[in-house]
Amino acid sequence: MSSTEQTLAADSHAGHNGHHDPHLAHHFDTPEQQYTSGKLGMWMFLGTEVLMFGGLFCAYAVYRHNHPEVFEYAHQYLDRKLGAINTLVLITSSLTMAWGVRAAQMGKRGLLVALLLLTILGGAGFMFIKTIEYSTKWREHIFIGSGNVFYESNPETKPQSVNGLEEEALHINEAKPETVATVKVEPDVVDPNAGTPDAALIKPPNITPAGLSEKVKAGVTERMSYNSLVKQDQTRVYTFFAIYFFMTGLHGVHVLVGMGLITWILVRAARNEFGPTYFTPVDLVGLYWHLVDLIWIFLFPLLYLIH
Amino acid sequence: MSAVTGPISYHGPTPQPQRASSDNYLNHTRGVMSWAFTLDHKRIGLMYMIGILASFLLAGLFAIMVRTMLWHPLTAEAGASQGALNSAHDLYNHMFTLHGAVMVFMFIIPSVPAILGNFILPMQLGAKDVAFPRLNLLSFYCWVVGGVFFVYLLLSGVLHAMGFNVPGGYGLDTGWTFYTPYSDAKAQGSVVAATIGVFILGFSSILTGLNFIASIHMLRPRGMGWFKMPLFLWALYSTSLIQILATPVLAITVMLLCAERAIGIGIFDPARGGDPVLFQHFFWFYSHPAVYIMVLPSMGIISELIVAFSRKHIFGYSFIAMSSLAIALLSFFVWGHHMFISGQSAVTDAIFSLITFAVAIPSAVKVFNWLATLFRADIRLKVPMMYALGFIMLFTIGGLTGLFLGTLAVDVPLTNTYFIVAHFHYVMMGSTLFAFIGGMYYWWPKMFGKMYNETFAHVAFWFVFVGFNLTFFPQFIAGTKGMPRRYASYPVLSSDGRPTHFVTYHRLSTTGAYTMGTGLFLVLGTWIQSLRRGKQAPPNPWGANTLEWRCPSPPPHDNFTETPVADDPYDLSGWKYVSEEVGWVYDREQAAADVAAHVAH
Repeated sequence: MSSTEQTLAADSHAGHNGHHDPHLAHHFDTPEQQYTSGKLGMWMFLGTEVLMFGGLFCAYAVYRHNHPEVFEYAHQYLDRKLGAINTLVLITSSLTMAWGVRAAQMGKRGLLVALLLLTILGGAGFMFIKTIEYSTKWREHIFIGSGNVFYESNPETKPQSVNGLEEEALHINEAKPETVATVKVEPDVVDPNAGTPDAALIKPPNITPAGLSEKVKAGVTERMSYNSLVKQDQTRVYTFFAIYFFMTGLHGVHVLVGMGLITWILVRAARNEFGPTYFTPVDLVGLYWHLVDLIWIFLFPLLYLIH
Repeated sequence: MSAVTGPISYHGPTPQPQRASSDNYLNHTRGVMSWAFTLDHKRIGLMYMIGILASFLLAGLFAIMVRTMLWHPLTAEAGASQGALNSAHDLYNHMFTLHGAVMVFMFIIPSVPAILGNFILPMQLGAKDVAFPRLNLLSFYCWVVGGVFFVYLLLSGVLHAMGFNVPGGYGLDTGWTFYTPYSDAKAQGSVVAATIGVFILGFSSILTGLNFIASIHMLRPRGMGWFKMPLFLWALYSTSLIQILATPVLAITVMLLCAERAIGIGIFDPARGGDPVLFQHFFWFYSHPAVYIMVLPSMGIISELIVAFSRKHIFGYSFIAMSSLAIALLSFFVWGHHMFISGQSAVTDAIFSLITFAVAIPSAVKVFNWLATLFRADIRLKVPMMYALGFIMLFTIGGLTGLFLGTLAVDVPLTNTYFIVAHFHYVMMGSTLFAFIGGMYYWWPKMFGKMYNETFAHVAFWFVFVGFNLTFFPQFIAGTKGMPRRYASYPVLSSDGRPTHFVTYHRLSTTGAYTMGTGLFLVLGTWIQSLRRGKQAPPNPWGANTLEWRCPSPPPHDNFTETPVADDPYDLSGWKYVSEEVGWVYDREQAAADVAAHVAH
């Protein structure tokens, strides 16, 4: 080795001290390289999460395809209103998170802290509503596990406790009859416009779900009951709940992890660690939170909005 | 000259090999904490190595148990009582299951990426570390924690054997494939502990893959375009793609199995409307790509070994590189060939069979390119090269028998026989393990700064090679004669009274297993002897041109003080052999003269 190269080799460490960026790791040459690497890594991790939940969605799809009536019946125990509120809450928290990333890029510490706080509150709100849903089901014995009233239901006899439970549970999440999407059969439907000149023009309210034809109405006028399931399907109702709790439970774990990560970012933001030259952690945690939101957006219709 | 850090001119003072006491990654910092919390990829690779080799030893001992139990036919007609037979069969189930599970999840899937990949990848990139060093350490600890669950399985088995009642099952007796309905209902084994262990080990795999992809995308030096990378990196890249895409599916599968076993979800249980074959689909969707996680990095090692020891540029670089990607892609579409007899439709069978034929093509492309590289080359039969040549022969056998099994009509009688066992041992052991050991010998001087004893290592190689073939070739024949796999006992006479000869095949196989076991202990012996009394290794003992040979052996903490300039990784023309102590040195002037002479032609 020539002496020049030796000197260069010896001096290279001194040369590195030129840019003392405290956030630049020693194995990266520039902050841009480090940032891009971080983004690439995070996107790949999100890909793995998609594949993992994808397996669950696949299990859901197979089971639902094979036993559609079970899903039709059992999903009635889920409260759509709460699910819809959860969806809105999570989407809003995604908005505040994305806005927070922008605030970090612009170096606006106060705004960033406020937005991160709101995001955490959104997550907490989601978990709070989830707790209501879960605890209701726990009380009504339709939780996951052997306490569930449908667990290993005997195909020969209907479980005694379902009889009285069913009516109560089916109404427990109901607000008002008018907001229910499917309609109870009322043998004598009273048309307030009957006999008036408007009868032909104005449809009576709440007799058909909006936008559905008469033919479809004939099909959807009766809420499914346990007895309308065939005996084999009656033994399968528990599986719906197991799938429901597995999917939403795993998702809930991810929400909690996300909240933990955002709290960590919040602490660092309060210490004014982020600015236009360094906002990578906010960006990456934001990506994770968006994925968590996206998974819920798929979960909600698949579990709650079954027709 | 105290430190040799870059290309060395032949016309300078005679370069001296690195002194063992000078600052390198092994002595850069001291103390257990400096290793437990290290971010240095080389140290992490070394810690992986100790754990993974220990797992190999453990799983190998289970294999010896299996083969020993098969020496005798273990049937009632041979004189065994029913009670003795039952407990022997139970023990056998646990032995082959634990052999498979520990080998697959704790040894072979991490082996090449976690040990050699972690150590060598950043150095072949001329980088100081992988892209995410802390994730690297996390992946190691995931491996350790997953391993703890497997150790629990062993301990629970031992406790049960001692008479204690272990809740939740003991040991593992489901087969490494955990097929339902046995694994969720009746298994004796602690399926819950095993599935949690596999789940955590899966994350070790995912994080390693994630790290490698980011490193290869982002940390290549100036001058190293994608098609100027060493082929080992192409192999690791393709492996990492499979790791991040397939392993999450395994994660959810074992989680579902765990929940099925613990709280009875019903998704795999026919009594609750589930489908046990669904488990097989989920399981093999990961486990088929997993076998390519096992073999692809090994193929990358072979490319490196063939070049270094035939002193010739690799033939068909782009084809080998692209074939790695092709194998990774196609591997996701063939999982059904593990399920030809599961009751899936004939159309499904045919499609999977067709794509299985297709996935063999890129593998064959590699073999032909290696053979073309060897053609008229100046072959040096050092020990790594012996393993590389052994790989080519054994992978050909293993790969071709895979094609036989991919043929529907042939698979139906051969499935679940010893033919399958022989096939996958030829590809997993004859190929992956041989390449792994070859790679260990090849990079050993770089990792530890010590040479090993060639003669001793040659002797060990022949024990391993002969032992391996003696173990598994008779199993092909036994399989065609109908010997089922996972059976602790076998008939001595067939139904028409003629002898089955299974006992002969099994005894040949067991003899081979003991021979191979001896050979592997000898390999370990060469490594230990090298560490204690090996000669000092030069920076480049083999004359290869990839970047990891441009730094001292063992490397300093930061690998390179300045990023080396990357050129064609398989252009060996600039290197000249000096002596055993000095190894190969890079002769710039001679290389320039060679180029000029070549151009003048």
